[in-house]
Amino acid sequence: MNEDYFLEQDRDHEFLEGNRGLSQDQRAELGLGALVFVVVGLLVAMLAFVLHEAWPSFAHNGLGWFGGGGSVDQQIQSLFNSGQYKTLPNYTFHAWPLIWSTILITLGAVAIAFVTSLFVAVFIVEFAPAWLRRILEPVVRLLASVPSVIYGLAGVLVIVPLIGNHVVTQGEKASVTPTIQLSGASLLAAVVILTVMIAPIMIAVFADGLQAVPRGWLEGSLALGINEWRTFWKVAVRTARPVLVAGTVLATARALGEAIMVSMVSGGVPFAPNPVDGLIFFFEPSQPLAATIIRNTEGLSSPALKHTLYAIAAVLLFSSAMLSIIGWAAKQPMRRYGVVP
Amino acid sequence: MSAVTATPVRRPDRATASWRLSDRLGLGLAWLLGLLFCAIAAAIVIYFLVEGLRYLRPNLLVTNPAAAASETQTGGFLDPLLGTLIIGAMSMAIAVPVGVGIAVWLSEFGRPTGLARVAESAVEMMAGEPSIVLALFGLTLFTLPALGFLSQSTHGVVLGQSFFAAAALLSLVGLPLVVASTREGLQAIPSHVREASYAVGKTKIATTRRVLLPAARPSVITGTMLGLGRVISDTAIVLLLLGGTLTFQSANSVPLLGLLRGTGDTLTGYIYYNAPTGDGNQPSKAYAAAFVLMLFVLAINLGVDFVVSRSRKAVTWK
Amino acid sequence: MEVRRPPPVRRLTGNEGRAPRVPGAPAPPEIAAPDAGSNGNGHQRSPAFAVPTPQTTRDTPIAIDRMHVEELSVAYGSKTAVKSVSLPIRHGEVLALIGPSGCGKTTLLRSLNRLTELTRGASLSGRITLDGIDIAAMDPTALRRRVTMVFQQPNPFPMSVFDNVAYVLREQAKRRPRRAAVRGEVHDALARAGLLDEVADNLDHPALRLSGGQQQRLCIARALAANPEVLLLDEPCSALDPLSTKLIEDLIIKLRDDVAVVIVTHNLQQAYRIADYVAFMYIGELAEYGSAQRMFGSPREQRTKEYVSGAFG
Repeated sequence: MNEDYFLEQDRDHEFLEGNRGLSQDQRAELGLGALVFVVVGLLVAMLAFVLHEAWPSFAHNGLGWFGGGGSVDQQIQSLFNSGQYKTLPNYTFHAWPLIWSTILITLGAVAIAFVTSLFVAVFIVEFAPAWLRRILEPVVRLLASVPSVIYGLAGVLVIVPLIGNHVVTQGEKASVTPTIQLSGASLLAAVVILTVMIAPIMIAVFADGLQAVPRGWLEGSLALGINEWRTFWKVAVRTARPVLVAGTVLATARALGEAIMVSMVSGGVPFAPNPVDGLIFFFEPSQPLAATIIRNTEGLSSPALKHTLYAIAAVLLFSSAMLSIIGWAAKQPMRRYGVVP
Repeated sequence: MSAVTATPVRRPDRATASWRLSDRLGLGLAWLLGLLFCAIAAAIVIYFLVEGLRYLRPNLLVTNPAAAASETQTGGFLDPLLGTLIIGAMSMAIAVPVGVGIAVWLSEFGRPTGLARVAESAVEMMAGEPSIVLALFGLTLFTLPALGFLSQSTHGVVLGQSFFAAAALLSLVGLPLVVASTREGLQAIPSHVREASYAVGKTKIATTRRVLLPAARPSVITGTMLGLGRVISDTAIVLLLLGGTLTFQSANSVPLLGLLRGTGDTLTGYIYYNAPTGDGNQPSKAYAAAFVLMLFVLAINLGVDFVVSRSRKAVTWK
Repeated sequence: MEVRRPPPVRRLTGNEGRAPRVPGAPAPPEIAAPDAGSNGNGHQRSPAFAVPTPQTTRDTPIAIDRMHVEELSVAYGSKTAVKSVSLPIRHGEVLALIGPSGCGKTTLLRSLNRLTELTRGASLSGRITLDGIDIAAMDPTALRRRVTMVFQQPNPFPMSVFDNVAYVLREQAKRRPRRAAVRGEVHDALARAGLLDEVADNLDHPALRLSGGQQQRLCIARALAANPEVLLLDEPCSALDPLSTKLIEDLIIKLRDDVAVVIVTHNLQQAYRIADYVAFMYIGELAEYGSAQRMFGSPREQRTKEYVSGAFG
């Protein structure tokens, strides 16, 4: 827009009403810009603060922070005690069981949810009868907005007893009794509930992306003698790849940060499930990173525990930032052929 | 020539015989998973409907909760219900003006470009951030003595848990949705509308206030509702920053301010408390509260649908 | 009004499918002054835009039947789009469907490869046969490989040029062929479409970055890669500039030796330039069908005369 136009106006104003200093627009721009600056600054400060608080824990443990060794429960207890009894802070902490649990639960849920959601989205957009589609679309959106604590409730009241009483056998329970308890609150329960929670989100995003594919492309493919399934798969799904990436990144971020629901169903025992255990592997309890924070918030008064919890939060923050970057990077090669993300 | 009555030929079914095996498997899998999803979705909806209706009594909505052992004495969830409403209103009262301001700046002004890009990335990062991290940060922030006026202090130790604290952090949760939706609405307005306004001598800010924002109002409302939905569904921030007391514990005797400086609970916290894993362990109350919370979420979803469909019919930019 | 029966088909004896080439390159159209009054042939006054020597005159037109449309009627819901049309479509000829908007030309075209079935509420009666077999009894995907279509808006897939043309070859084969195996056919198709020279240096160029005319030629190459017997073109040049239009028209004339071409066009001049036979559709009915020379020179029906001379459009 023509800057001269505004200046002319300002000059008129100034002539009539005296020097008003900045023009209306300039003031608005400064005001809003300041607002943006403050908010961004707040977020940056938050990031810096989390890292600052997390530093002592990382500094003391080095890379061993991510490794295994010792019982996490005991370590947390001693961290807590050092605050209580004002002893020298002992930052020893090895988070591997928590990390392993997070990886298993998150990747498991995202993998299952991705495959399922893709096929369900394809079904909803292309192959479902019209009446079914009209019902499913609002249902998917509703399920995507259900608060996670409600999914947790269903998990604790339905899935956990189901697994504990009907899936795990007595023999299996007896075989691990000294170390852990197989109560049904387990890896399997957490993966199932998390999948159920993130699938509607993914379905909604995927379906939107698939619907945005220009019909001309699909018709063109059909007119070349390619059948409907292949047409949809090779043209629409391929075109919607950036949307698939975006939806997966979104769902993974949700899954990573889901503290409440997962803590309700995963068992609350910081145990690293062992694949070597065979089938029992799925029934072992565990405690991922986010749930650990939730469970230990009473201990924030102890500095050592506070630093450790912040360290866990820093890991979570870093992971979700990395996810965004991975998502952005995955979309770059797709830009070339005109599949605009 | 008289009209030819076309005898409808039955459309031949997709002749799947000539398809490759992988195609048939793919189609079959799509149908299978689609129907499976329908079944699971129906199961979830029916389950909560049945259990919720079973345990929901009108008196629950108006009685205050109490910590007790037996079900008949634990009362209802009036306080958590009010807590949800209060926290939703407060956090959106912060998020909406700030969010619209940021969206307007990003869409209409946006200089220097460095700041604009950083702001975009920051808002996007916020959207993906786990609320537990925000909650942790908030707890440390509001226990600072400088911010002690926003919550209670006992013996010089700031509690840090109050409605103010929770609302402040929850506004960060709702903010990205408001910004994204408003920005989309503003960017959808074609440039000739802005040019027409500038051509009659209006400043940019006046144009925004008088022309663009009213036109983008459906997007702003949608963003607000989506943000509100996110806010009332959050549990982590509420648990850590609201205190989790079953009833409102006012900080002092000043009526509203005391309440907001005090601790309380919301429906999400109440559900967490009454789940088998929580201290209260009253599943029946949890179901009833879950039902009411879902009604709120459903109402918000329907509201968004209504606004979107009405806006589509109303304005066309030809 | 009775439907005119199409003229009897001349059957080929001997060289199946090989129509003799027009000797020499086609003469470029002379930009002569419009004819004033009747031309020397004793025909009635030609349309004002007619060039004296249309490029498409052949000495010995020879054609074999490819498709027969028999009493075809198509209705969308209660609205009849095409009423009882009968036409032949012959290999070695370009058939142009002309007529004002909304008269069923595109519907007729789309029913030839059963794309009308994709619209809800569409119903057909009558018969269309391909080489004697009723197409309704065929597998639709098999039919559409033999009768391919190019649309009005160029719609190349968001892939490279090579992948676009190879798409058909890869997806129709039993096992996905290697790139080396299809490269020859891709080059062939691009050459037939007249695009090879322009993209040969980089076949991995994104298809969506080509110009409109190039994209449309790519779509034609894609349609040709399937080795169809009939090529359907739905107003392929309406979205293109005159230069691209000329290129595509030349292409169509060259193509008719290999495939039967049916083209729907709004543009009478275009039909005049490239068509051998013309079918004039008016409000869903086949008002007249005949050779291009006759239709533009001395049409029998009053309505055809009026349309061709521009009285309405």
